Amino acid sequence: MTEFLSFFKSLTPTGYLFLFLTVLTLFSAIGVVTARNPVYSVLALIATFFCLSGHYVLLNAQFLAAVNIIVYAGAIMVLFLFTIMFLNLRKEDEESKTNLTKMASVVVGGLLMIMLITIFRAKSAQVPTVNAGTFSAKTGLVENLGQLLYSDYILPFELASVLFLVAMVGAVMLGKREAGDRHF
Amino acid sequence: MDLTVLLVKGIIILVIFGITLLIATYSTYAERKVAAFLQDRLGPNRAGPWGLLQPIADAGKMFFKEDFIPSQASKWLFILGPCLAMLTALMASAVIPFGDSIRFDNYSIPLQAIEINIGVLYIFGVVSLGVYGVMVGGWASNNKFSLLGAIRAASQNISYEIALGLSMIAILMMTGSLSVRAIVDQQASFFEWNIFTQPLGFVIFLTCAFAECNRTPFDLPECETELIGGYHTEYSSMKLGFYLFAEYINMFVSSAFISALYFGGFHYPFMNEVGNALEKSMGAITGHNIATAIGFVVFFGKIFFFIFFFMWVRWTLPRFRYDQLMNLGWKTLIPLSILNVVITGAGLLYNFKYSTWAIVIVMVLMVVVSGARAPKREAIPQQV
Repeated sequence: MTEFLSFFKSLTPTGYLFLFLTVLTLFSAIGVVTARNPVYSVLALIATFFCLSGHYVLLNAQFLAAVNIIVYAGAIMVLFLFTIMFLNLRKEDEESKTNLTKMASVVVGGLLMIMLITIFRAKSAQVPTVNAGTFSAKTGLVENLGQLLYSDYILPFELASVLFLVAMVGAVMLGKREAGDRHF
Repeated sequence: MDLTVLLVKGIIILVIFGITLLIATYSTYAERKVAAFLQDRLGPNRAGPWGLLQPIADAGKMFFKEDFIPSQASKWLFILGPCLAMLTALMASAVIPFGDSIRFDNYSIPLQAIEINIGVLYIFGVVSLGVYGVMVGGWASNNKFSLLGAIRAASQNISYEIALGLSMIAILMMTGSLSVRAIVDQQASFFEWNIFTQPLGFVIFLTCAFAECNRTPFDLPECETELIGGYHTEYSSMKLGFYLFAEYINMFVSSAFISALYFGGFHYPFMNEVGNALEKSMGAITGHNIATAIGFVVFFGKIFFFIFFFMWVRWTLPRFRYDQLMNLGWKTLIPLSILNVVITGAGLLYNFKYSTWAIVIVMVLMVVVSGARAPKREAIPQQV
């Protein structure tokens, strides 16, 4: 107990902020899974993304934080919410979850958890300690990120943009109205 | 950071918050006065001199109305909706540089709530969150018309966000920075204002700003003839007030961004000469502060002009049809803004800033040619 207390006393304000955000993240992530209503699930997921953005800001990666909000919370989750509101899922759909699907999801989730824990405990994945000599607080800022993306990682970056283009063309093809389709 | 600096910063944030609310309040009054002027009426003139107390009377009325929550509604989300709308509206003004800087002793404090190097992305993030207030409120009302209004609002906002972002990218290419203050500082001389270098981008940005604020001619989310009241059909009392108020705050914030991004922010012609003259005659500190104050006033002048422009358009143009809205967004504004980005980039390769005028000239020529080639209509003589 005293150890616990002294740990709390040793924390900096950033440490308290980190703990607070982490607790919030975990609770909203649990909320995503446990909520009965899919709309509440989506809202909890949005809250999770916000907390993750908070973590990015704590890591001084402001660009990543802003982009996370814009892309995930601002665009993708709006579309999620959109679809779910249109589908208007009701309580009756609960019955489609048979025991078999529940079992399968437990097995898959458990396997994923074991995998993640082994990865985190692996020696090669340990976070290296900070070297004060080479540490730069500006690593996460947008200028440095841009420099890296357009010099060392130019090929993956451009390939990713081609991938997006392909996905976009595919979506347009799927959504295109054929001659015989009915009009909405 | 020193305690006094922190204190001054806190005061600046509070003052910006207060000014935002005050301007939003009096925008409701101005809207009714402008509407009255355009329709040849008098407008509110009973409460106080020239009806100046009308917004306060309206707020009082709003507070004392019955606060009603539909029995089948999802209660917490029903309350969360207007709160989100208000929160996202108020958040955006944090990164606007309202003026140069205040000097005292040895400190120099910028007249801005927070200066971050990703200011433009921050605005964009907050704007993209604005849709949640509408969607959550519309869904929680458990009413088909509210839901339809919310979905309309969401699809409209998502569609116009793309063109908004693309027109902003052209400015980012001109400046090479994501900080709003850097963008404003870059427009120090009059003919470098982005309105002169990015005329097409400005028109696209303005149109998208109208759509993002759900203002006429894009106020389809609350189109009464089709949707009763849209997403706020079930709302009453101050919750409805919050939704309506958030719209006026959004209007103020968009006007501020339009002035900052395209009209040089707090800059005005011969600003350096005025600043130097003031500093020479009144001393470095007082003169600088007075010059800052003049810039602040000029910036608000620009903001008020754009707020007036929003109202002017609202009482002049009719509402779009929904398919027209989507066609304009996806088939006109997005391709045009991509073209704008490409032409800006090509111009910057040769260090020429005014390259987008080429698009404007081509468009004007096309309009003139198609106008000249269109079959002439006979003027129908008026029957007496």
